[in-house]
Amino acid sequence: MTLLLQKLGRITLTLLQELGRTGQFLVYAFYSLLRRPGRPVHVLKQVRFIGAKSLFVIVLTAAFTGMVLGLQGYYTLTKFGSEGMLGTAVALSLIRELGPVLSALMVTGRAGSAITAEIGIMRISEQIDALETMALDPYKYLISPKFIAAMLSLPLLCAIFDIVGIYGGWLVGVKLLGVNPGAYFTEMYKSVEWKDVYSGFVKSFSFGIIIAWIGCYKGYFAGHGAEGVSKATTESVVLTSVLILIWDYFLTSVLL
Amino acid sequence: MIELIDLHKRFDDQSVLNGLNLTVPAGRITAVIGPSGEGKSVMLKHMIGLLQPDRGDVRVEGRSIVGLRRSHLNQVRERFAMVFQNAALFDSMTVYENIAFPLEEKTSLDKEQIAEQVATALQEVGLRNVDHKYPDELSGGMKKRVGLARALLLKPEIILFDEPTTGLDPVIRRSIHQLIRDTQAKFGYTAVIVSHDIPDIFEVAHQVAMLYRGEILQFGTPTEIQHSEHPVVRQFINGSLDGPINSGVA
Repeated sequence: MTLLLQKLGRITLTLLQELGRTGQFLVYAFYSLLRRPGRPVHVLKQVRFIGAKSLFVIVLTAAFTGMVLGLQGYYTLTKFGSEGMLGTAVALSLIRELGPVLSALMVTGRAGSAITAEIGIMRISEQIDALETMALDPYKYLISPKFIAAMLSLPLLCAIFDIVGIYGGWLVGVKLLGVNPGAYFTEMYKSVEWKDVYSGFVKSFSFGIIIAWIGCYKGYFAGHGAEGVSKATTESVVLTSVLILIWDYFLTSVLL
Repeated sequence: MIELIDLHKRFDDQSVLNGLNLTVPAGRITAVIGPSGEGKSVMLKHMIGLLQPDRGDVRVEGRSIVGLRRSHLNQVRERFAMVFQNAALFDSMTVYENIAFPLEEKTSLDKEQIAEQVATALQEVGLRNVDHKYPDELSGGMKKRVGLARALLLKPEIILFDEPTTGLDPVIRRSIHQLIRDTQAKFGYTAVIVSHDIPDIFEVAHQVAMLYRGEILQFGTPTEIQHSEHPVVRQFINGSLDGPINSGVA
């Protein structure tokens, strides 16, 4: 019994320590971001990597998500004779939920894992130590540009996801299944409010912070060798994805 | 001058430094030798504040660097440069970008002046036509040279070398040692070299410290260390399997 309690205590302490360190990392990252945001060239490189290079996968995912929504929505709404509401259903699903969440999950898989691997390799090959010995702050060169890039890119990628998804739904609903094109867009304009767009923006912005935070943190404190980096990368993707879903629920309940 | 005073460091259950005391004189080459895994690199990282001791003090020119805030620590680090075991070059940058990086970030020099200084630094370490290459296209010896060029560029007062010749063939090893000796004589920096290269290191260093079980066992001139009667020092220098050092070889 005592052994069990000891083990439980040790796990709790480790967990609390890890939580504290993660929180401290986020606070210091923001502090650095405000004090030493990094040179624009470093930020632009990261915008290209996190944002521009994710475009293809975002467009592809968005198109098929919109098409599935169009298909499913049509057959469900037809049962009630309301297929004219298809545009509204597709747009609201995308703008409020699927756009921010799916685009964030896609960026996590593509860029979040790469951020962890990049910083992790720099850690184990002493490149981060080299920066420190040159009296250069690694947060300024490695962390801040990634935070800024993720915060800028995610809302933009989410907006692209929403638009492509809406047209994906339009393609299936209007072009393939014969929904009235006027009804598809008119009903959408009537139902989508600024609040919906705003909540999607807030979500994707905060998901950008989560991706940069966990991606950088896991890489910065990666363990030893290739195994350490691979473990950090896996943990980074899993933790980021879970946090995105939990935070999404929390934000939805606040913003609704 | 760098002073390590009663330095203790432990990682989990393993005690690495056990009350280490060492004074590194200014403007000289000090080599730290000792068996692998005895804490030589850990000691080096304490000198530049990459690691903080559990107990004890590290003083650079009389000023303690233990527990300093990052900004204050960076002021001290301005005097330092470090050449890492695997050179620690930024692998996403070319040789030129690697060497130019600290100049671009820390000085207000224009592009032409930076290019001029990079060319001089590369010439100093005997490298030509490698500007456009990436670190993974270079041999081990070339990487070390680029690391040294990057270290020399900002004219540091102190350069720390973490096993600068590990994994190199004897000819390249000797040329790197020669380079360290020549550049030290030219620029007059304080050098601390962590090394296993016996007996080559005795030709390079002005002083040698033998580190064993987290403490400095002996400190003296290369001749004094070479003629030491201490059984651990003797065994290490002779590379013999019989003796107090547990080599792990049955």
